Amino acid sequence: MALLDVRNATLHFRGLTALADVRFSVEQGSIHAIIGPNGAGKTSVLNCVSGVYRPQRGEILLDGRDVVRLAPSARTRLGVARTFQNIALFKGMTVLDNILVGRHVHQRADVLMGGLYWGPGQREELADRRRVEDIIDFLEIQHVRKKVVGTLAYGLQKRVELARALALEPRLLLLDEPMAGMNAEEKEDMARFILDVNEERGTTVLMIEHDMGVVMDLSHRITVLNFGEKIADGTPEEVRGDPAVQAAYLGEPAPFFTGSDA
Amino acid sequence: MSTLDALLGDDTFPKLLVRNARRHPARTALREKDLGIWQPVSWQGYLEAVRELALGLRELGLRRGHKLAVVGGNRPEWVMSELAAQAMGAASVGVYQDSTLHEVAFVLDHCDAEIVVAEDQEQVDKVLDMLEGLPKVRHVVYTDPRGLRAYRHPALISFEAVREKGRAVLARQPRLFEEEVAKGSADDLAIISYTSGTTGFPKGAMLSFRNLLAMALALHEVDPKRPGDEFVSFLPLAWIGEQMMSLSSALALGFTVNFPEAPETMMENVREIGPHVMFAPPRVWEGMVSSVQVRIMDTTAFKRFMYERLMPLGYAVADRRFSGKPVGAGWRLLYGLAHLLLFRALKDRLGLSRLRTASTGGAALGPDVFRFFHAIGVPLKQIYGQTEIAGISCIHREGDIRFHTVGQPIPGTEVRISETGEILSRSPSVFLGYYKNEAATGEVVREGWLHSGDAGHLEDGHLVVIDRLKDVMRLADGTRFSPQFIENRLKFSPYVKEAVVIGQDRPYLCALLCIDMGIVGKWAEKQKIGYTTYTDLSSRSEVYDLVEKEVELVNATLPSAARVRKFVLLYKELDADDDELTRTRKVKRNVVEERYGDVIAAVYGERQAVDIDATIRFQDGKTAHVQAKLPVRELLRKVA
Repeated sequence: MALLDVRNATLHFRGLTALADVRFSVEQGSIHAIIGPNGAGKTSVLNCVSGVYRPQRGEILLDGRDVVRLAPSARTRLGVARTFQNIALFKGMTVLDNILVGRHVHQRADVLMGGLYWGPGQREELADRRRVEDIIDFLEIQHVRKKVVGTLAYGLQKRVELARALALEPRLLLLDEPMAGMNAEEKEDMARFILDVNEERGTTVLMIEHDMGVVMDLSHRITVLNFGEKIADGTPEEVRGDPAVQAAYLGEPAPFFTGSDA
Repeated sequence: MSTLDALLGDDTFPKLLVRNARRHPARTALREKDLGIWQPVSWQGYLEAVRELALGLRELGLRRGHKLAVVGGNRPEWVMSELAAQAMGAASVGVYQDSTLHEVAFVLDHCDAEIVVAEDQEQVDKVLDMLEGLPKVRHVVYTDPRGLRAYRHPALISFEAVREKGRAVLARQPRLFEEEVAKGSADDLAIISYTSGTTGFPKGAMLSFRNLLAMALALHEVDPKRPGDEFVSFLPLAWIGEQMMSLSSALALGFTVNFPEAPETMMENVREIGPHVMFAPPRVWEGMVSSVQVRIMDTTAFKRFMYERLMPLGYAVADRRFSGKPVGAGWRLLYGLAHLLLFRALKDRLGLSRLRTASTGGAALGPDVFRFFHAIGVPLKQIYGQTEIAGISCIHREGDIRFHTVGQPIPGTEVRISETGEILSRSPSVFLGYYKNEAATGEVVREGWLHSGDAGHLEDGHLVVIDRLKDVMRLADGTRFSPQFIENRLKFSPYVKEAVVIGQDRPYLCALLCIDMGIVGKWAEKQKIGYTTYTDLSSRSEVYDLVEKEVELVNATLPSAARVRKFVLLYKELDADDDELTRTRKVKRNVVEERYGDVIAAVYGERQAVDIDATIRFQDGKTAHVQAKLPVRELLRKVA
């Protein structure tokens, strides 16, 4: 069964139709990419899934359950985590603290228990720190563990954001342009992390990405949007050969090339 | 023989491991930072891991006389693999982990290893990619399963699975490990250490336990280590210097070896451990000094003021010590004050607070760097040696440090100079020979004397190293000069990262220099000089002026016939990936001379500038085109 099922989602902003009857499903354990020219509605889809926007019509099923009416926080508890196109970390906090924030959804200790750092509160925090350290090791950011996020290079901040999302232990990970603004080496690292997250942790990934090389290499399935409508859906090979996709990309500079607009 | 008497018969690495585990089972032998915490391994735990691994490797077919290759970073699994192989009577062969595919393949094939221990996906990929050309390799053991989940290669097996096999053997034959260890003797082949070689393919130097342990004990006599000491292992374990510390010395003397969390966290981890013993090549020491200098430029005016007032005091005391003058009570009082106000904090920041024995080797270290460490109270010593003599033949002695020398021979080592001016040495640590290369062995060992290939002379017992013998060159008029000697002096400047001096059969000397991007960049910012890339920065006339002053300082110390008359700042850094440097960062002169032939031609063709039209290859395989005008600078003060 599909982990995520978007059914006829339609989203208007007053007169503007951002999404029109968009439907696609993301299989459990897959890497699914959404591509399309600028303004196609890619981020809107992600925002509908994470709960930032509420589509006026249609359903979004997570494990068969309609989550359209649920607040973002409730969806987080169901296992949805995301990163943002423009990094949304706590710039003044350390890498470690930022990632620990991701554990909050799993913490049960109240202010008192946590504050006194005693008994179950202490045990819980130790267990959380252990999980965070696993993620730090996984993403190879040991050297910046105690650095303040705002002082880090852009590519590293992107990695920290991914770390925070992983700390939620999501079943569905939403990535909004994970490679934007990165150099070739950073992209290569990030691509490897996404693959490892998917393969070793079994996390389902739904991502928006402009780097076609990355999308074609990583994705199991691709959904193509244009002006808020789905114009194609399939394996990388199918999508690459689709005439509608090629038409949508015509006029875009250097369609199947690297480069991003972030 | 008497050299290993102190070990009371425990004359191999595995025997020493068993001894240490018997004497101090609970004491910490190894420590690795993992998941943010320093995780200790006791001598008992170390022994158990090696025992299981050794028996597991035996199940895979490892036998007495075989070779086990290890490639990877500094991890406990690396040293455990080496010891496990040696416990079963096999020798260990270290492969540099940043080696290219073909370098790895050459060593693996040449050493006849049947089992390779590879750290992670990156190293496993290298071996698997070349496996068709490596008919002898039957098993690839990986220690980090990350990313290898989908690999289905029949040769692959995990470190844990090998230990599991070992546990099964242990249950059947509980005495097998100890029996095999007891069969080992001091004259068994312990390791084959492939030397980087500035020319041609690497050669595998065979070293016995006697070679390695005799060296560790002799060094210990003049530079003692204690069982409670801490040491941080961060240099390639394939290198003889790291073998000498993390294996020979650690096993014989029982100190603790610490492994950093990641290469990037090395300096931070050194600070957390606060080692008592440290051995590093010049670049590490230079890196520390330049990090201090850069930070002082950025700090508050008050701190800068204190630094600028107190450092001269440290230098004055260090210089008195160097020249053998007594340091009077007044000096001591002032120095104590400076220690409290500055040096203590500085040492703490660098992680050197507890450092008792510090040494540098592998290349020449600038006098400024030397003076800096002695000024702040770090007793840095120069050592000299070759892989072929198990690492070390000479070291500075406490209280008798002359930084243009490499000190005196360690106990049991004799050093003399041949008629041709070559440094020869003889000791129980002279190696067994090059693996499968008797011709090369015969060239370097004659009548028991190891021929270093280095030119040098003795100065009342202290050895002075000049250059590689074959690198001593002649100008067209017959004047002899040592390019390496001049290059080292040029590199002592913080602004110059690499230097290549040219002049064989030429009318005068010229130098190809690479600037240090970090320091020159910082300097340029201070001077409000805008720049974009390395190429741009190094072609600025202000930078040329800056470097010219440095070259003039060096020229002042050189005989007038062999001074640098012209120099060029290259548009890119020399790089081992471009084959311009060896993996231990020594310049490959012939490659550089060929690649920059047009630049050299322009210099001697009396042109003012060279048009560069070159292609630079990046690590990810992409290439970039560089078009630049490279100025040639002639020194104003004419050279005679």
